[in-house]
Amino acid sequence: MKPPSFVYHAPATVAEAVEALAAAGADGKVLAGGQSLIPLMNMRLAAPGHLVDINHVAGLAGITAEPGGVRVGALARHAEVEASETAHAAQPLVRRALRLVAHPAVRNRGTTVGSIVHADPAAEMPAVLALLDGSVRVRGAEGERDIPAAEFFTGPMESSLRTGELAVSVFFPSSEGGTAIVEMARRHGDYAMAGVAALVAPDHARVACLSVGAVPVVVDVTEAEGDWRRAARLVQEQIDPEADIHATADYRRHLTGVLTERALKAAADA
Amino acid sequence: MHDVTLIVNGVPRHARVPARRLLSDFLRHDLGLTGTHVGCEHGVCGACTVLLDGQPVRACLTFAVSVSGQEVTTVEGLARDGQPSAVQRGFAECHGLQCGFCTPGFLTTATAFLRDNPAPSDEDVIEAVSGNLCRCTGYQNIVKSVHRAAELLAEEGP
Amino acid sequence: MTTKLFGEPVRRREDARLIAGDGRYLDDLGAGALAVAFVRSPHAHALITGVDVDDAIDVEGLVAIYTWEDLPPGVREPLPLLIPHPALTHGRTAYCLAKDVVRHVGEPIVMVVATDRYIAEDVCERIRVSYEFRKPVVGLENAVDGPHLVHDDVPGNVGAHMVQEVAHRDGRATRDVIAAAPHTLEFRLDVERSACMPMEGRGVYARWDADDRSLRVYSSTQTSTSVQMAIAAKLGLPLPKVEVIAPDVGGGFGVKIVHPWPEEILVPWAARLLNREVKWTEDRREHFISSAHERAQVQHVKVGFDDEGRVLGLDVEILHDHGAYTPYGIIVPIITSTQLLGPYKIGSYRVEFFSVYTNTVQVTPYRGAGRPQGVFCMERTMDKIAQYLGKDRADVRAANFIQPDEFPYDQQMIFQDGRPLIYDSGDYPESLRKLKDLIGWDEFPLMRSKAAEEGRRLGIGIGCYVEGTGVGPYEGGHVQVTSDGRVHVSTGLTSQGQGHETVFAQIAATELGVPIEKVSVVTGDTRRFGYAVGTFASRAAVMSGNAIALACRKVKEKALRIAADALEADPADLEITDGMVHVVGAPNASIPLATVAVLSNPLRYAFDEEAKRATQFATGGSMDRPPVAEGQEPGLEGKDYYSPVRSTFASGMHAAIVETDPDTAEIRILRYAVVHDCGKMINPMLVEGQIHGGVAQGVGGALYEKMVYDEHGQLLNASFMDFLMPYVTEIPKIETDHLETPSPLNPLGIKGAGEAGVIPVSAVIAGAVEDAEGIAIDRMPISPSDLYALRDSSRTSGAVSRLRNTQ
Repeated sequence: MKPPSFVYHAPATVAEAVEALAAAGADGKVLAGGQSLIPLMNMRLAAPGHLVDINHVAGLAGITAEPGGVRVGALARHAEVEASETAHAAQPLVRRALRLVAHPAVRNRGTTVGSIVHADPAAEMPAVLALLDGSVRVRGAEGERDIPAAEFFTGPMESSLRTGELAVSVFFPSSEGGTAIVEMARRHGDYAMAGVAALVAPDHARVACLSVGAVPVVVDVTEAEGDWRRAARLVQEQIDPEADIHATADYRRHLTGVLTERALKAAADA
Repeated sequence: MHDVTLIVNGVPRHARVPARRLLSDFLRHDLGLTGTHVGCEHGVCGACTVLLDGQPVRACLTFAVSVSGQEVTTVEGLARDGQPSAVQRGFAECHGLQCGFCTPGFLTTATAFLRDNPAPSDEDVIEAVSGNLCRCTGYQNIVKSVHRAAELLAEEGP
Repeated sequence: MTTKLFGEPVRRREDARLIAGDGRYLDDLGAGALAVAFVRSPHAHALITGVDVDDAIDVEGLVAIYTWEDLPPGVREPLPLLIPHPALTHGRTAYCLAKDVVRHVGEPIVMVVATDRYIAEDVCERIRVSYEFRKPVVGLENAVDGPHLVHDDVPGNVGAHMVQEVAHRDGRATRDVIAAAPHTLEFRLDVERSACMPMEGRGVYARWDADDRSLRVYSSTQTSTSVQMAIAAKLGLPLPKVEVIAPDVGGGFGVKIVHPWPEEILVPWAARLLNREVKWTEDRREHFISSAHERAQVQHVKVGFDDEGRVLGLDVEILHDHGAYTPYGIIVPIITSTQLLGPYKIGSYRVEFFSVYTNTVQVTPYRGAGRPQGVFCMERTMDKIAQYLGKDRADVRAANFIQPDEFPYDQQMIFQDGRPLIYDSGDYPESLRKLKDLIGWDEFPLMRSKAAEEGRRLGIGIGCYVEGTGVGPYEGGHVQVTSDGRVHVSTGLTSQGQGHETVFAQIAATELGVPIEKVSVVTGDTRRFGYAVGTFASRAAVMSGNAIALACRKVKEKALRIAADALEADPADLEITDGMVHVVGAPNASIPLATVAVLSNPLRYAFDEEAKRATQFATGGSMDRPPVAEGQEPGLEGKDYYSPVRSTFASGMHAAIVETDPDTAEIRILRYAVVHDCGKMINPMLVEGQIHGGVAQGVGGALYEKMVYDEHGQLLNASFMDFLMPYVTEIPKIETDHLETPSPLNPLGIKGAGEAGVIPVSAVIAGAVEDAEGIAIDRMPISPSDLYALRDSSRTSGAVSRLRNTQ
């Protein structure tokens, strides 16, 4: 299991990175932490012709407080974000969710932005971003734009990031009220069979579910008015989970209901 | 081909390799440091764990070229003055290894962990080594070994 | 330093190199060797219609591409069927490289040699193999029922069919006994596939010495001597011109006893042909699809029993999934059939198995080797009898136990070694007593009801097993004391992490009375010891341990004789302590063992001060006798073999308390207790380690691990992402207690311990989950999703029952 050959680019600036990506076109991939990309390459399930390594690009590692939330740069490792008091103060859900991401050694190298751009519907951070209605800031040849989470995730491992664009940061908004995330994986650190991130604010409540659709599924459960069992039923009606070797679709739906109730309770108590 | 220089166990080491050379292969085959083992090459087993600038990472999920210039500590670099480190002794004392193939990954992981958490609880230890697979020991004596290493480190003092 | 080391928790001498990163595993050797990769079949069943290498031959770094047509006689024949058996009427083995047909995903078709593995894989990607698809046979019952065949000349896909029956003592057939029994039950059980999955995969590295016309091969194997013989035979080389060495091996658990693997023939062949060093290191994906799996069986059980729960008749029909080939014969289903009986006296027993081909990876022994399935069958049977009668599950087992005064106990069957299944010793009632104490069996109902008050669901399970260990035919040991006082021990079988260097050194140090630091041990190196069988079936300590002890006794006898001459004493009055031979009770009348070694070898030439004592003008002695007496050999060394009349039977009992989540169906093991009896323990620390590792693999098999094939024969979880080997977070604390009933069959009184831990775990966990849930658990492993589905269907059917823990 050895990766195929590729042309290696090591830009020093975002502009150079964007230029290299644009030149590579559809055959180009960004290398940040590599914790999702390199396994696929080792198995030769991915064979990008060009890798644009952004590990040497200046100014991408920041974790900075901004009005109404925290901005996490494309080179901030999961472990750094997890440890960041700035991030924690702005949005405590981020740390809690990151502790569920794989294992410590993977979090030391993998990046939070990379995980979101990878857009795996079974991953925690896309669901967190979707729940909080955060956004992804991308830079392309035509400049910079912010993509709201609701528009960012378009399918399994698919996002609205265009060819030639580089995600430079994500923004996790602070939230009024409590948040929580609960999930159930086969083994500790595995992708979850089901998981629910919840936000309970004074005037509304919503959840984001993982592993039950093509993208993180956000469901507004304000109408349940604090009856979290009812909220769970609302969520179960709106998800369309698929079976895989670890769980049947029925079980995923059931489990999402149980976890919805638990997450909402925890968020309400937070 | 790319010139890659790493500070490995405190010594600058150089080789000219293709961009796709994994850090695990760079260490093992280009530098001859075969103590770092490769158990899955998809980042799950943790046998290839090395310390990159002091932090445990999967060498099989890292391109050597990408970390050129950085510091790497492998199992060969854990001993001090020719003597096994407290973590290494802890594993030997508590029968924390059988076939020994996964052991380098546990040793590097535990070394970084105890540096940051000198007096860990049982839960801390379990979380710390939760990303490393072992097929021989059933983990019982690995957990014991990490606790013993913490004791040995405390005895050694700062 | 004491020399009484047998039975002590001596620290491992292997560890110094392994913790330093100085171990030498297969891929650590042969820097600069050419690398091998294979084009392996992506299809489960197909005819190969063409191999097109046009796109591949220009890749820089490519050295050679081989297909079956390129192989010479010997190498192009099918691989050997290692253990023939009369019931295996349709044994089939693979070719080194597929000839015309592929029968499972992963079967090697093209061998590529290149300057490194990256390039070899590039070449593989560019080779186009064309296929004509055949319908794959997947799933045991499909294989038996279906019209499609794995091998055209094997009707019904049945490779072997075997019936064994032990009639009732009054002569009645089992089925008649069951028909007449006061109570009967009938049910179906199902165990899925898992695999050994050592952390290091397989690997072979070969060097051809063109000057010497000899071959040195390193293989990550459990049997270097047999690999040596296979290579010599296949390549037509004289046996002494082939050396095979098992270096440090990163775990085996059974898969590395299979040999010769195609790669073990192809790599040495290519090394000789190319006159270059060649190495193949298996990667994880290859290990999943190209090595071996085990466990899958479907069992149909009928049992008749009396009011006390005593089994009067047991009738078991087993469908055993053998995968695509049968290189290791039918050892696994034979072990299932025989070891199913466990610690019990069964009134009459009939077992029938069909060993069935499917288009999946071949099935060969994995730690436990058929026993986990047999124990699952018997222990589920015991639980069902208890439930039916409303009796305590432990009491029903006790009612069926063989009693301590009934050994040797003849189960009247033929075991996997072709010898009678006669248990040598054991104390099952005492094991059960210890286990109940350890887990708190009698207190559990209170614990359960307290938990229930908090809305928690708890269950307890128990499982007993007997394990035939130390199977023959033989192992040998060689012991040499050199003039520096060092003791060099070698044995032919190999090590995969068990700590043989340590335990064999303990045995030698104890037998010879020398400090353990003076003892060195070599295993698995044909240069040092050429006759051996291999490391499997919990046999290394029993077989080589006893052989080494016997060899040491020969050396000791000789040493005492020589020392007696020098000390002018009677050998019977001499003893060796701390490397000194001395007169018992007179420590001053002594001579170092090193000096004895010098004296044992009459010399002409002195090479150091010590050696001067043995030279021709220095030695005294009679001028009428030759320097080396008739019937004697120079040197202080000895060799001996241990060949047991039959296996020795270890035993054990496990219990677990589990909690199931009423909402999420998660299953958590709260406590896990083991009582284990492997006779006299050489090193209790290492025995515990073996148990821990076995239990963890058992937990994997019970709750996490299975090989998932789809109907096309694709293995859907061929990675550590989806094949769920437990991490530390999935394994409970394991509590252990021991019993030591020595084996009367061997000089050291020991029994094997390697596989024990894994054997009853699925049975125990199934019983505990069943107890917690009140739902029959007849299929393992069980996941939360499975449990949820079972709850769902039992709600529909209303079939809720409860096992009983107390009368």
